[in-house]
Amino acid sequence: MRDPLEDPVQELPGKLAWDVMSLHDQRPDPDALLARVKEEETRQTRGKLKVFLGAAAGVGKTYAMLEAAHARRTENMDVVVGWVDTHGRAETEALLKGLELLARRPIEYRGTILTEFDLDGALARHPTLILVDELAHTNAPGSRHTKRWQDVHELLDAGINVYTTLNVQHLESLNDVVAQITGVRVHETIPDSVLEQADEVELVDLPPDELLQRLKEGKVYIPEQAQQAIRNFFRKGNLTALRELALRRTAERVDAQMRVYMRDHAIPKTWPVAERLMVTIGASPSSGRLVRAAKRMADSLRAEWIVAYVETAAHTRLSEEDRAQVAATLRLAEQLGAETVTLTGQRISEEILAHARARNVSKIIVGKPASSLWKRIFVGSIVDNLVRGSGDIDVYVISGEKAAPVDLAAAVRPRRTDWPAYGRAATVVAFCTAVAWVMFPHFELANIIMVYLLGVVGVAARSGRGPSIAASILSVAAFDFFFVRPYFSFAVSDTQYLVTFGVMLVVAVVISGLTIRIRAQAEAARHRERRTAALYAMSRELASVRGGENILSAATRHIAEVFRCQVVVLIPDDSGRPTIQAGLPAQFAMDTTELGVSQWVYEHRQMAGLGTSTLPGAKALYLPLVAPRGTLGVLGVRPAEARALEGPEQLHQLETFANQTALALERAQLAEEAQQAQVRAEAERLRNALLSSVSHDLRTPLATIMGAASSLLEDGTHFHRGTWQDLLQSIVDEAERLNRLVSNLLDMTRLEAGTHAVKKEWHSLEEVVGTALARMGKRLGNHPVAIHVPADLPLVQMDGVLIEQVLINLLDNGVKYTPRGSGIDISASSSDDAVLIQVADRGPGFGPGEEERVFDKFYRGQTADSRGVGLGLAICRAIVEAHGGKIWAENRPGGGAVFRFTLPAKEVPPEMPEVA
Amino acid sequence: MPEPSLPPQPPETPDAAAAPGGGPVVLVIEDDPQIRRFLRATLGTHGYRLLEATAGESGLVEAATRQPDIVILDLGLPDIDGLEVIRRLRDWTTLPIIVLSARGQERDKIAALDAGADDYVSKPFGVGELLARMRAALRHATRSPDDAGESTFSLGELHVDLPKRQVSIAGNQVHLTPIEYRLLTTLIRHAGKVLTHRQLLLEVWGPPYADQAHYLRVYMAQLRRKLEADPARPRYLLTEPGVGYRLASE
Repeated sequence: MRDPLEDPVQELPGKLAWDVMSLHDQRPDPDALLARVKEEETRQTRGKLKVFLGAAAGVGKTYAMLEAAHARRTENMDVVVGWVDTHGRAETEALLKGLELLARRPIEYRGTILTEFDLDGALARHPTLILVDELAHTNAPGSRHTKRWQDVHELLDAGINVYTTLNVQHLESLNDVVAQITGVRVHETIPDSVLEQADEVELVDLPPDELLQRLKEGKVYIPEQAQQAIRNFFRKGNLTALRELALRRTAERVDAQMRVYMRDHAIPKTWPVAERLMVTIGASPSSGRLVRAAKRMADSLRAEWIVAYVETAAHTRLSEEDRAQVAATLRLAEQLGAETVTLTGQRISEEILAHARARNVSKIIVGKPASSLWKRIFVGSIVDNLVRGSGDIDVYVISGEKAAPVDLAAAVRPRRTDWPAYGRAATVVAFCTAVAWVMFPHFELANIIMVYLLGVVGVAARSGRGPSIAASILSVAAFDFFFVRPYFSFAVSDTQYLVTFGVMLVVAVVISGLTIRIRAQAEAARHRERRTAALYAMSRELASVRGGENILSAATRHIAEVFRCQVVVLIPDDSGRPTIQAGLPAQFAMDTTELGVSQWVYEHRQMAGLGTSTLPGAKALYLPLVAPRGTLGVLGVRPAEARALEGPEQLHQLETFANQTALALERAQLAEEAQQAQVRAEAERLRNALLSSVSHDLRTPLATIMGAASSLLEDGTHFHRGTWQDLLQSIVDEAERLNRLVSNLLDMTRLEAGTHAVKKEWHSLEEVVGTALARMGKRLGNHPVAIHVPADLPLVQMDGVLIEQVLINLLDNGVKYTPRGSGIDISASSSDDAVLIQVADRGPGFGPGEEERVFDKFYRGQTADSRGVGLGLAICRAIVEAHGGKIWAENRPGGGAVFRFTLPAKEVPPEMPEVA
Repeated sequence: MPEPSLPPQPPETPDAAAAPGGGPVVLVIEDDPQIRRFLRATLGTHGYRLLEATAGESGLVEAATRQPDIVILDLGLPDIDGLEVIRRLRDWTTLPIIVLSARGQERDKIAALDAGADDYVSKPFGVGELLARMRAALRHATRSPDDAGESTFSLGELHVDLPKRQVSIAGNQVHLTPIEYRLLTTLIRHAGKVLTHRQLLLEVWGPPYADQAHYLRVYMAQLRRKLEADPARPRYLLTEPGVGYRLASE
């Protein structure tokens, strides 16, 4: 018997599982915690949203909200009523007393004056708390946002706390459930995320009987004209169902809060198994329902969910409306919090399963197939294929309920018929008939059929399905009419030809179908290819260019090309106001309205303008350039024709382009910051070196001077003459040394600050060498200096004082690093475009690699007597380079060091008129 | 005429002008007390009588009332610009002015010299240098009335016979071109004093050539090659870097 402990195969899985458990379950995930901390931070700067949720009108939401507002007011909070509709209810109206009311904004719409909530007024008033009734309200045209919840969002962003009311039937994900219960489809909906992100939800509950009682007593105001419809709505069954929805919603929220609490406090027990749902949608309008159902299921399972659309060849055959429907469903899914993917492939079921496996999806949700029994038998339905290949993945089939009548109308709407294509198909068949007529006497009938099939392929290759099928039928008819006895009649004498006709028709239809599919695939591929290529081209260029300006000009050029539009990029200036940085072609005029839109987009990180629901009156569409570290600017796109950007695919692609641009911009900014940081670090290093040199190198000579001078002062009379002389000499020497150190520091500072402008004049090198030697004076000590400057050396353009300093520093260096009595050689020679000057000594030369470092600031040679700050050669380099020359050091053949520098001498010295 | 009121002198300062002995009177216009103290000690030892002023305005008053023989002027004064002091002195007097200025401020030196200062000494400086400049300046000041007095000039091995226009070095006759000769004689006239590029160009070539410093450099190089034993280490024709030239005087 084996000891289980010795069996590693048995041991391992259990241990592993324990490890994973201990890692994942016992402690909160640090990333998740970090994300939550960040969320908390933004929440603190944002205003808080409290939603008074009710099951139906009349339950007393507004009343409850106003009561709460009064309570806040007694706590001395700055409360303003932004918008409250009392619907003439007396008790509610009474509650408005004592509260500050914000003036409503009049909007003229088709001759009538509507009043709306004044968002800008509220932002300007900036109260601590504002009351905005009816969150699901749709604003009058001409308002900034199409929906009130967007207004509320902006208020929260501005740090204003908001109280608002909402009926449960207005929630997007409950939309069709409510429609099912009540038979009334609500058109004013808000995304579920708005409620999910609310900081507090207060359920205002009233039992249906009491509500109905209130209705009867006339306490709930109902407009005359809607009385009948509303009465249908306010049935006890409806109200109970809606109440249940509201209660359940609130309970889910409480549950979610509980989970957050548990996550924060690392309570592991109820950690749900990570589920992942995947919904496949099609072009059918009922897909929206599928998505909503999946949302509810995902919520109850606390699972992530993915909405997938498979783009097959058939996608290209879809009408504009159907494609828009797909995009709308995907957008709805995103709004509801799903991740959306668009897959490409031939067989929907295969793609779905492959993606589901790749993403560890546990449940797949599909709609009940609407395809015909025939198709299901021959081709197999998607559901069947999915179920067959799903393995351990659960497949849920949800009834593909009949779409709403409006949607049906859209589906039934006749497609445009391409009559010229049918004409071409007929022409092709006629041509085939002519060819066959010529062939008829010489060839078998089977070959005649081939001619027709060729014609059908031709039609299918150029036209759509309709013309191809028409061509197939026409071909069979023509074949029968002209080439089957009795000729010139559709009658058939030999019944076996019926088989020929049948097979011919089937073959023609299949061939045309295949041809069209191949073409469609090619087209889809080309389409995708174009998009990918455009994006790739831009990314590649963005990756290759440097600097923000170049990135912007490359990005605007690509976007303008791909979308055939005018493009501007606005980057905020110092005051945070976006200003135009780049634009193509011939950037459009940005008036104050457009700038206002761009400002809004920049501040709210949301797209707005043309074709969106925010500020749709703008002339262009504005997208925020959002990068991980924040919003960098705004991209403005003005298409040549207003409709050009309306396709959701286009918008999506434009967003991708904007994201690429933002990322590239951020990369450029980061690079710039890194460089600045490096410059700062270098400056810091120099400052430290300078400080240490000032504190050490300047104090040493000062110490000597003070010591010598004070001893002379105190005991001077006791010293004999030689000592006096010594002390005085050391004072003078050290003072001179101090002077040199200070001069070097000053020179370096001036050279670096650029205040030491190089003042070039025509100089005689011999004279400059002479003055350098004269200024070195006694410091040269007993180092003999040999000078080899050719007498015919032309004048050289230089700043005499600075080059003299170079020579002095080089000589000084030679004196410092060479033994007493060793000579120093100065020589010069000229070539076509430069003068070369050398200062060579017979000292120890350089250690390996030292030749370069000697020119570094504050570098001192190891053999030095350390009587310097290590600036002399750095100054030389700065001066020579400022002249456009080069300076370098080498070991001298035969021992010692040689410093060489060049001065450019491209210009010829001016002519010298001999003045007699 | 009553004496104009003077700023109170520091008690330790003896009234040098009133001190016994007939040495030349030096007016030091300098705000730094340490430099004044050191000048007082040194110049006193060398027989000069000292007047001190700590600012430009008081210096101008001193110069007008006490009639010094020479002025030592610091360019960085607390009240008015040193250049302004030179200009206002030159309005009424030709007395020699020696300027004290920091190295690296060649432009200031040139401006001071062009404004009428006679010479300059770069801070920090040695006493020997300052005394030499003062001697040269005083010599010119006393000689200027009888300008044509001297007909020959001798310095070391250099000998110039001005009436005969003959130049010799160590007894060997040297042939000079007219421009070279004019350059040399201009320097001789101001021997020991610094002459700016501009001053030399104006005197030798004339006003149209005042900015053509390279003429000067070429001819100076030629002159050195003819007169100096080692042109890179001139003995007579000295360069004042960034400012001008000076003929050695002693």
